Amino acid sequence: MDNKSSKIVLVGNPNCGKSSLFNNLTKLKQKITNVPGTTIENKVGTVTQGKHKIQLIDTPGTYSFNPKSLDEKEAIRVFFEDPSPDTILYIADASNLKRNLFYFSQLAQHGTPMILALNMIDIADFKGFEIDVERLEKELGIRVFKINARTGEGVSTLKKALFQDQFVPHYTFGSENDHTHESHYDSITKLLNKTTKIKTKRELTTSKIDAFATHPILGYLIFLLVLLFIFQSVFTLASYPMDWIENGFGMLGEYLTETLPDGWVKKLIIHGLLAGIAGVVVFVPQIAILFFFMSLLEDTGYMARVSFIMDKMLRGLGLSGKSVVPLLSGAACAIPAIMSTRNIENWKDRLITIMVTPLMSCSARLPVYTLLISMAIPNTPVLGFVSLQALVMLSMYVLGTVAALVAAIVFKWAIKYTIPSYFIMELPVYHSPRWGNIWVNCWQKSRSFVTEAGKIILIISVVLWFLASYGPTTDQSFSIQESATLEQSYAGHFGKAIEPSISPIGFDWKIGIALITSFAAREVFVGTMSTIYSVGDEENFDQLREKMKKDRHKSGEPVYSLAVILSLMVFYAFAMQCMSTLAVVYKETRSWKWPAIQFVYMTALAYFGSWVVFNVFS
Amino acid sequence: MRLTELPIGSIARISSIEDSPYKEKLKEMGCIPGVLVKPIMKAPFGDPIAFELEEYTLSMRKNEAYSIQVNLLNPLFNS
Repeated sequence: MDNKSSKIVLVGNPNCGKSSLFNNLTKLKQKITNVPGTTIENKVGTVTQGKHKIQLIDTPGTYSFNPKSLDEKEAIRVFFEDPSPDTILYIADASNLKRNLFYFSQLAQHGTPMILALNMIDIADFKGFEIDVERLEKELGIRVFKINARTGEGVSTLKKALFQDQFVPHYTFGSENDHTHESHYDSITKLLNKTTKIKTKRELTTSKIDAFATHPILGYLIFLLVLLFIFQSVFTLASYPMDWIENGFGMLGEYLTETLPDGWVKKLIIHGLLAGIAGVVVFVPQIAILFFFMSLLEDTGYMARVSFIMDKMLRGLGLSGKSVVPLLSGAACAIPAIMSTRNIENWKDRLITIMVTPLMSCSARLPVYTLLISMAIPNTPVLGFVSLQALVMLSMYVLGTVAALVAAIVFKWAIKYTIPSYFIMELPVYHSPRWGNIWVNCWQKSRSFVTEAGKIILIISVVLWFLASYGPTTDQSFSIQESATLEQSYAGHFGKAIEPSISPIGFDWKIGIALITSFAAREVFVGTMSTIYSVGDEENFDQLREKMKKDRHKSGEPVYSLAVILSLMVFYAFAMQCMSTLAVVYKETRSWKWPAIQFVYMTALAYFGSWVVFNVFS
Repeated sequence: MRLTELPIGSIARISSIEDSPYKEKLKEMGCIPGVLVKPIMKAPFGDPIAFELEEYTLSMRKNEAYSIQVNLLNPLFNS
């Protein structure tokens, strides 16, 4: 262009940010509002770049070249003035391009050079519109710029272009003798199809899935089905590797029994160390499978929806939507579950979640329930497809969950904390699982179970072996195969000592020993019973069950009556019998106060629950 | 107007956030004055609510959303 200042007219639809752009280009103060028609008359400003000057004329927002109001008449008058404008700077709302290009399509036939400024690019982006500016320039034959008049983004590039060569649009809107609205809109649609895309395909899938996942009825139903599927898988899939592990340790034990020289070292290795390691490793399949599903749900984005739909209900219980993951993980193992409460921001919500999570039926309770249920409950089918045993097992899970929720209400009421709870959480886009992440997560959690809980279980197993093998009566050479001597051991003395306090809930001194040793970890119960009833193979349920069933009190009544078994199950459902969990709670709350409270309330709940059950059934 | 008053599907721009214990968290998560926001769905019982923000979807309780002041954009922008 030559040095002479030229005349550019700024046009566009109402509310497309024209006044903002005008102010920005001319630095002229002018009121900007959302109300159409505030630009009553055409305003003139000057755009300067160095010594070059351009006259810029602002016009009222107009929808078409067929003016309907006084404002619009004013707006188009500028085209008939002398000298007529050299260039039309057309500003369009990029988030509403189709309608905005209609007036453009009418102006484009006048043979006047044009520049197209696409404004509100941020809103267009927000709506997922992708505009191919280069393609648009090629199709229209003029220069096109993306700007954000509100923030001033892209305005300086546009300003430079005002001082450069301008072009006349060569795209044909409508046809030679057809300039109806329909034909123009048709051309605009064709143009936009070539130059714009809506990138909502991914989001569309997500909102489609969300319509089901967060549905007021279907949402909860789907969640319930997902849970049932997971627990079913955990029990059926895990049973195979668990059998292999048990058999493997059984064979190793036999091999060691044959090869090792007799003596206390042999007993320590086989009955202390090996039994302890087996007790830990046998749970790895269940824990790994449960963590696999938990990671899968989190990784695909579904878990966030569960938190989203559960938040309102859990809020009433003093928890939050974010408590869902810890509570569900608690069904595998309370240790990683409590560690996963770290993303709950509110201290009270988090504390309550930590305090009640151990009431969820963790996998360590499983072998206890399995043994006890097989002793007391017949395997009769109910409704044709579920066994009564499975139903009782399920009710133990329900019992734990209900206890956790009720305990939460009590804590909500008891803990005074004034900072309000909140729930601010991302809902990620659904995507197919990243298997790598899931395996790593699964591996790390299983490993942390083996190392964190395993260490303690191992130590306690050895200590237990010592206590059960040695007694205060200097006789240190007795065989642990005879339960008569167990009675004389330290463990027997402890059991006898606490017998008066546990007899109201139906337990004798042998169960007392198991309760003490179970403080290490619940599953130690089975091992302790095996030791007490001199069952060689640690995991031989059938043999152990038969021996326990035959055990009688001096009066001739069975030790394990239905009342005692149910009482025991309730006790194991509620009691805080997991040193590792208490250690983790201490680490997470940085105080011994909370693990102490947890231990006391859970033990009290267990004692009370067992007392009620024992008295109801006996 | 407050974020809780926006109908589902409408687009608004955040103008300010009232002081609260979660103001910091809201800002961390991208609720900053000037940012565009669009309510997309509500959980059963109408709470929490999910909002599309410029880059992703954020859910929050009504309580938190109430502390956010917004300007509803011209209805023409809404989809």
